[in-house]
Amino acid sequence: MRHLMSPLDFSVGELNEIMNLANDIEAHPDKYAHACDGKKLATLFYEPSTRTRLSFEAAMMNLGGNVLGFSSADSSSAAKGESVSDTIRIVSCYSDICAMRHPKEGAPMVAAAKSSIPVINAGDGGHQHPTQTLTDLLTIRSLKGRLENLTIGLCGDLKFGRTVHSLINALVRYENIKFVLISPDELRIPDYIREDVLEANHVDYVQVERLEDAMADLDLLYMTRVQKERFFNEEDYVRMKDFYILDKNKMDLAGPDMLVLHPLPRVNEISVEVDDDPRAVYFKQAQYGVYIRMALILTLLEVKVC
Amino acid sequence: MLNVGALNEGFVLDHIEAGKSMSIYHYLGLDKLDCCVAIIKNARSNKMGKKDIIKVECPIDMLDLNILGFIDHNITVNIIQDGHIVDKKALTLPKEITNVIKCKNPRCITSIEQGLDHVFVLTDPKKEVYRCKYCEEKYKGRK
Repeated sequence: MRHLMSPLDFSVGELNEIMNLANDIEAHPDKYAHACDGKKLATLFYEPSTRTRLSFEAAMMNLGGNVLGFSSADSSSAAKGESVSDTIRIVSCYSDICAMRHPKEGAPMVAAAKSSIPVINAGDGGHQHPTQTLTDLLTIRSLKGRLENLTIGLCGDLKFGRTVHSLINALVRYENIKFVLISPDELRIPDYIREDVLEANHVDYVQVERLEDAMADLDLLYMTRVQKERFFNEEDYVRMKDFYILDKNKMDLAGPDMLVLHPLPRVNEISVEVDDDPRAVYFKQAQYGVYIRMALILTLLEVKVC
Repeated sequence: MLNVGALNEGFVLDHIEAGKSMSIYHYLGLDKLDCCVAIIKNARSNKMGKKDIIKVECPIDMLDLNILGFIDHNITVNIIQDGHIVDKKALTLPKEITNVIKCKNPRCITSIEQGLDHVFVLTDPKKEVYRCKYCEEKYKGRK
């Protein structure tokens, strides 16, 4: 039995197989409509989430399975003081697979250690969010046709953004990846990612402050939201939150094949006028999130569809 | 010259960085053992200038010395039996340490989950970096 705690839990080869399966699901959804008949997914969400929880639930329903769970700690026995270890032992009796989001970092790992069903980390604080990374990889591979030979701009909050850290970790395993790290000084990528991941893997990168300076060179632009909850004072947040706004003028500086991704939700960092640009693929990205979660559920449940 | 009686069975922990003996005393749980312990602080050393030494009179299977590798792997561990040094144990950085240090990340699950071991894993032997098994926070207490 396998769990998913970090995107690096899967080798590049295994990830390719999961993405191949996701693409097959996209092409032939009917083939998979009853693959999980009679199986149950437990969504244990100790903090609110819209996209992640609904996309897990949609994924299981698309496979013919059922869903049970809770969407906040207040409506679970955690409010009565039950430990994660006890909760997962109980949930293991009720379901076949579980997706857990928890504000405390490492909570899904504690659950996995005590669980008798596969556990998927659906986000643990600022630590990991592996299914978002798998979604990003699938989106890039499906729409660009490759995960190698790419120049990728990462823009916004590169300091606290877990999706960015996770994506960098996953992408350095592919050939000839270059990063353009676009952020204000205060929100630059942490040293441990720069030194232990980028430099340790001899990956080319540059750090710039102006989005306009980078646009022409990019194959992909990954925008991120400046997250209010990461700031200790309102003043710093207000100063940073509108530092980057991707609008039509900036899009005009980019090549015709450049794609814009965003883990969503967005606030102001992408102007709505960009939404209709065919290069804006962040809503398609959300759709790929369902396909990859379907593929992941099938893989972890070891369900084969012929 | 200070003279501390020879051991019959036990350990002599030599080449401890001066001033660190008391923390080792606590890390090894020597305060909880009913055995004879001698702590020599600031002894003269040709190699180190000054050093600490701990002598422990106890059965040789009584102490888990792996933790010493985490604290300072330059410590020399002499194992004494029948009044003689029978072995010198080479210390290495342990791959994993449990319930010796605590994760200080307030967002870590160890901060709320009752009965959960605090486990740190050696992630970079060259830079001697330990990270919490759960949240991957780096332990900053090492020199």
